[in-house]
Amino acid sequence: MLNSTAIGIALAVNSGELSATDLANEALARIAERDGEIGAFLAVTRDLARRHAERVDDAVRRGKSLPLAGVPLAIKDNMCVTGTPTTCASKILDGWIAPYTSTAVQRLLDAGAIPLGKTNLDEFAMGSSCENSALGKTVNPWDRARVPGGSSGGSVAAVAAGEATIALGSDTGGSIREPAAFCNVVGFKPTYGRVSRYGLIAFASSLDQIGPIAKTVADAALVYDLMAGRDPMDATTVDLLPEPTLTGLREDLRGVRIGIVKEFGLEKLEPSVRAVYERAYEDLQKLGAELVEVALPTADYGVATYYLIAPAECSSNLARFDGMRYGLRVEGADVGSTYEQTRAAGFGDEVKRRILIGTYALSSGYYDAYYVRAQKARTLIAADFKKAFAACDAIACPAAASPAFEFNAKADPVSMYLMDYYTIPMSLAGLPSLSVPCGYVTPEGGTLPMPLGLELSGPLFAERSLLGIAHAYERATLHAQARTIPEIVATAGAK
Amino acid sequence: MASGDIDVAYVAKLARLALTPAEVEKFGAQLGALLEHVDALSALPVADVAATAQVIAASNVVRADVPVPSLDRETVLNGAPEREGVYFRVPRIIGADA
Repeated sequence: MLNSTAIGIALAVNSGELSATDLANEALARIAERDGEIGAFLAVTRDLARRHAERVDDAVRRGKSLPLAGVPLAIKDNMCVTGTPTTCASKILDGWIAPYTSTAVQRLLDAGAIPLGKTNLDEFAMGSSCENSALGKTVNPWDRARVPGGSSGGSVAAVAAGEATIALGSDTGGSIREPAAFCNVVGFKPTYGRVSRYGLIAFASSLDQIGPIAKTVADAALVYDLMAGRDPMDATTVDLLPEPTLTGLREDLRGVRIGIVKEFGLEKLEPSVRAVYERAYEDLQKLGAELVEVALPTADYGVATYYLIAPAECSSNLARFDGMRYGLRVEGADVGSTYEQTRAAGFGDEVKRRILIGTYALSSGYYDAYYVRAQKARTLIAADFKKAFAACDAIACPAAASPAFEFNAKADPVSMYLMDYYTIPMSLAGLPSLSVPCGYVTPEGGTLPMPLGLELSGPLFAERSLLGIAHAYERATLHAQARTIPEIVATAGAK
Repeated sequence: MASGDIDVAYVAKLARLALTPAEVEKFGAQLGALLEHVDALSALPVADVAATAQVIAASNVVRADVPVPSLDRETVLNGAPEREGVYFRVPRIIGADA
């Protein structure tokens, strides 16, 4: 049953056919067996999982039906869960125990999900490979010499390796979509403001958004529906009733116009990767969609814009980590050197780079030239999308230019930043955007077929239409089901 | 925009980040490369464009001024590096000669 979908598990648990407690124990046993090799989890919350499973079983016995009854859930470790460690994969928060639970997590727990543990990420969600974690190494279940993608690398690896049925990720510039593509799962970033960020440790507040990672679009839709909506604890959640998406899933694309972005021409890609995306576009057409060319003339400026705005916000948000109220403190000669030494010891290189670039872009004399200019570029990028969506219902493009790369392959920071070329523009415009499995390539020098993801993006708040389109594509192609991950050798690396 | 002229030691001071000389050199080169990349933005005609701080039209959001339960004080204080009674214990902030 662990290999089933969230919808299938909830059905079985609600009908009394399956006990949540048995399922939780089975999931925990599987983590003990597999995670020594995969490294998806930073912490496994055994007792919490069993407590919640008992609660679900009680509710079912009393005749209640819960939409996620007994569904094993993995939570990215930048979201707070009361009484559990929340580290952001950073030494500066190592050992800190969250005193409250994030709204997104709470809504899933209320729906009957079973919290298995906290998953690895690039430190403070800054990275595209999970290599920036200070606390653990996560590998790609499809080829363990390769990265799972990032920053939500642990969450996607947990779902891809069958250790969890659903997971939560956060996406600032592609941190759900790129790793989902690398690990052959569905990853969905809702419109900015749709899902509460209360309890999500902030990286870049004008961009951060929580979203579901799942095996199927339908599961992602179910999880999204449960999380979406206004939260009094997060003033940036929009006061707009979210349309249910699970009831909007469709089987064909008749009457749907899919935009193909001129500037994202597939000729830039490796021929084998290009062939997969050409096939994906054809499949959309075969389902009845009309393909229309759209222009995003400013999309090429996305990465440059993002790497000013996101670090600027990060430098401000991470100022709170000063060794006074939580986390690490390294005593210096005076309070100033205590701040400086604490942050020097607590943050890794990528976080330091982003704090430095952000501080620079916001500093006197450079603010207008860098930060304000980037904010204006952001206006142009959003306007380009608005124009494009006048001619189409959704935009299709690659989620990343290549499949997952090997560890240490992107040592130069700018080459890593460019991994998010296809995901960043949508983040800057706040759009709902997802990655759905679309085929495999065997990379040059590799022996294992690696998955690729098709990115589909819609206008602001068009989650229902977007997930409907993605579902039709997924059901017609079934790429994720075409192959299975190489066998995981059971290890004694119990967590 | 000027590129590659970032004074890393000065910026690190602003950011309250102690860096070793080796880090100053390494980050200097890496940030220089990033600044070269972002210099591309100079090509965009933005003179008459309004800046976007965030994409959702939301103005001030307020709630009724009614007290609601807050986080438990003990739990929060226990997460601090050092506490004394009901306070966070922090290094001396006002210098002896101040």
